[in-house]
Amino acid sequence: MEITYDSWMDIVAAILLVLGTLLSAVAGFGLLRFPDVLSRMHAATKPQVLGLFLALAGLGFALKTWVVVPVLIVAWLMQLITAPVSAHLVGRATYRSHHLDPAHIAVDDLAKVIYEQERADAETDAEDRANGRQ
Amino acid sequence: MSVLSLAGWISLGFLALGAIGALYRIVRGPALLDRAIAVDVILIVLSSGLTVWMALNDSTHFIVLVVVASLIGFISSATLARFTVEGAHANQAEPEPQQGPTGGDV
Repeated sequence: MEITYDSWMDIVAAILLVLGTLLSAVAGFGLLRFPDVLSRMHAATKPQVLGLFLALAGLGFALKTWVVVPVLIVAWLMQLITAPVSAHLVGRATYRSHHLDPAHIAVDDLAKVIYEQERADAETDAEDRANGRQ
Repeated sequence: MSVLSLAGWISLGFLALGAIGALYRIVRGPALLDRAIAVDVILIVLSSGLTVWMALNDSTHFIVLVVVASLIGFISSATLARFTVEGAHANQAEPEPQQGPTGGDV
């Protein structure tokens, strides 16, 4: 089997496509192997930004035209804007819904904040209740 | 065989591996958030698959779908995350002290 190519851009596109989709496979293995939600999220968010960027860049090199480049940039920017926000929300929900083993965390600054906030909320509730009974 | 179609087939194999891992995590995932993450990975596999298809067939048909898929992924995981936190609070909330019919609590 002879492997042919038209220009060097085909080779670049082939390398970029393989690298970008390899990150999706890595995310699949990470989802299989990692023990808890946060470490699975660490693996799963790799293809969302870097993997899609490599694949879209490969598409740009494969199409060999400048017309599609702004659309590719928009597609990647949408992912770049939304991926950190959704990952932040999922991580926050993970912590707050106690899906997390505290033994796996070395430094936990959030626990103190949540404790003080809940204590302040409880005091406010108690004051409201006392005022309501008067 | 051109180098681009060879890379396309290798890429589709990688995407299949990623989709299999994510599907396993959707089926077996102990937490709802595991499934949310895995659904995000499935959507990224879909986007990358469309990209590879476009590169193989020299077309730009599905480029809008790649944009839309990222937005749908954002909406789905944001909704699931909010739902999970609300559910956790609802499950753990102390029962409210019952006041009489004329109680002060509103």
